[in-house]
Amino acid sequence: MTQWNDNPVLTVEHLTMRFGGLTAIDNLSFNVGRGDITALIGPNGAGKTTVFNCTTGFYKPTEGRLVMRRTNGEKYLLERMPDFKISAHAKVARTFQNIRLFGGMTILENLMVAQHNPLMVASNWTIGGLLGLGGYRHANVDAIEKAKYWLDKTGLIDRADLPAAELPYGDQRRLEIARAMCTGPELLCLDEPAAGLNPKESLELNELLMYIRKEHDTSVLLIEHDMSVVMEISDHVVVLDYGVKISDGTPEEVKNDPHVIAAYLGVDDDEVDQIEEEVGL
Amino acid sequence: MQAVKKPSLLESSLKDAAGGALVTLALAAVMIGMKVDVASGRGAELFIEYRWFAVAMAVVVVFAGRLVMNLFFWRTDNSVAAAVSGLMPKSKAGSGLGAALKPLLLIVAIALPFALMFWLGARGSRQYIDLAILVTTYVMLGWGLNIVVGLAGLLDLGYVAFYAVGAYSYALLAQYFGFSFWICLPLAGILAAFWGIILGFPVLRLRGDYLAIVTLAFGEIIRVVLLNWYEFTGGPDGISGIPRPTFFGLEFTRGEGGFADFFGLDYSSIHRIIFLYYLILIMALMTNFVTMRLRRMPIGRAWEALREDEIACRSLGINTTNTKLTAFALGAMFGGFAGSFFATRQGFISPESFTFIESAVILAIVVLGGLGSQIGVVIASIFMIGGFEFFREFEEYRMLVFGLLMVVIMVWKPRGLVSTRAPSVSLSKSAKGISADLVQEGHG
Repeated sequence: MTQWNDNPVLTVEHLTMRFGGLTAIDNLSFNVGRGDITALIGPNGAGKTTVFNCTTGFYKPTEGRLVMRRTNGEKYLLERMPDFKISAHAKVARTFQNIRLFGGMTILENLMVAQHNPLMVASNWTIGGLLGLGGYRHANVDAIEKAKYWLDKTGLIDRADLPAAELPYGDQRRLEIARAMCTGPELLCLDEPAAGLNPKESLELNELLMYIRKEHDTSVLLIEHDMSVVMEISDHVVVLDYGVKISDGTPEEVKNDPHVIAAYLGVDDDEVDQIEEEVGL
Repeated sequence: MQAVKKPSLLESSLKDAAGGALVTLALAAVMIGMKVDVASGRGAELFIEYRWFAVAMAVVVVFAGRLVMNLFFWRTDNSVAAAVSGLMPKSKAGSGLGAALKPLLLIVAIALPFALMFWLGARGSRQYIDLAILVTTYVMLGWGLNIVVGLAGLLDLGYVAFYAVGAYSYALLAQYFGFSFWICLPLAGILAAFWGIILGFPVLRLRGDYLAIVTLAFGEIIRVVLLNWYEFTGGPDGISGIPRPTFFGLEFTRGEGGFADFFGLDYSSIHRIIFLYYLILIMALMTNFVTMRLRRMPIGRAWEALREDEIACRSLGINTTNTKLTAFALGAMFGGFAGSFFATRQGFISPESFTFIESAVILAIVVLGGLGSQIGVVIASIFMIGGFEFFREFEEYRMLVFGLLMVVIMVWKPRGLVSTRAPSVSLSKSAKGISADLVQEGHG
């Protein structure tokens, strides 16, 4: 029933984020189960992206703790780490709401940049690679193979040498996921991956995420407004409203939670009193 | 339609031209019309000389010029930009040429001194080989700066500081410790890289314009320190008697044990010049080789990714501070190498050689050539430095023509001469270059 509490990959404890007088997130706690697809939903401005920015180190939380537990047993306190180390060591990768690709570089290059850290080691921090020593050449070929694998999975393989900025919107979204996966993450944070996708692309995205979860040791945490995606693929849904968690459970539970219905969908005028009574206002 | 439009065009053009003439009159009346002079006959009294004819000339020229421009360019469909673009070759035609250009340029560069010697003789070719040395030095500096500006997208207006550090490192090490050029060359590079890192640490948290200003200030600080630390650097007197490089221990001197004697040649001062030329050519080619190799390595890709999107870089686990520092240090190192070559070639250096205008020229070479393009830097420095020296006789018009050319290039090719970016890795053999319109310039 609450399998995400037994073996969480990420534990968010009492997370609070204040920007001056504005409390974007207020005492938020939830778990992300290992191997689960966890959806973080809520109306606009609920603080979902702020949770992401705290998790991936772009913001330093005002209060609270974020514990990442890797499969090899290592524990990382994400709130204490600089952003690039969270990706490199804690193995948390993310995508962005407004796509951030390296537009002037080819699709393949985008995926090669994502494998920066292992390649740096393989090239002995550039010196070995520059002199042609060590296994850099091999590592480079392996990196290209890995990139090709993800290009194949995202259906971009035949456009590998095109600049990323030339791709249509939906493909850019998929490329961003492929790029994040190339860092070999154990937790993949997707910020509205289905935004701006048509129903067919949305369906393909579902398949891709299911595949990532099944074939790779990667748990997924996603922010999404598209309920067809959320209800279809997620195992666990956390609902935020004004920085406060209002519901936490399986999609079925959340769907029928009156708090969620009130906050998310709004209610008819004649039902307000009834709902408020239920919610306890 | 045409009949209705014509008079209105003429009318508005006349109005505009009259307005321009009026402004000119107001300005020229004071600035040209009156000239204060010292009367030679009546003691040292000041008097005003009136030049109304010159004012009238200026007004007429502005009126006529604006009228012509209005009638034929500005207010019509054939804008100046389109007119200029029409005169220039299409960029597509240039891309095929580019592939053949590189080996051709290399062959020309290698054969150049001997070809010049063959045609002009030792005496006549000396000035041209000297010019080639100068151009190649700027090519090397351009390639060094290209790492910082072109690849990593960090706008550095104080690059000449590293050139100065390199030059002074060699000059001072030679003066105080008697080190030879070949020992000092790597030391100068290391010292310049070290200064690059020292500058980098506080500066790299700045972006864009702020970074540009601080690097500019750094360049000036280095120069001012060199100028004022009289006991150590000789200040404005500079350092003279900097030792010349040797060819594997053979000095380029007359008589026994010299280069000419060892190889059984007749002594000629041109030997040293040719040697210097090949020295800088090899150093420049090394810079190019290293840069091109780095571009295909994770660090080079990280530089370019940094130029495209820094936040995305950090989300992928790239330590952006270190990455920027390596770019700065490496660019500085090549600047330092070039600087110590400059010192050994001149035999004399003073802070005067390292003014801001040098930084500006190097940056102009990189920007005109096309950010990130290696071959573009070569073409730009041949035109800029070569052109500068060739037209030395027309001193007064040189800057005018230079400015005009800059404007033409910026209208014709706003992203520089070579404005496509070659991918660093590709699956198919026939991967195309990426249009510069898609490539970011970096935000510092």
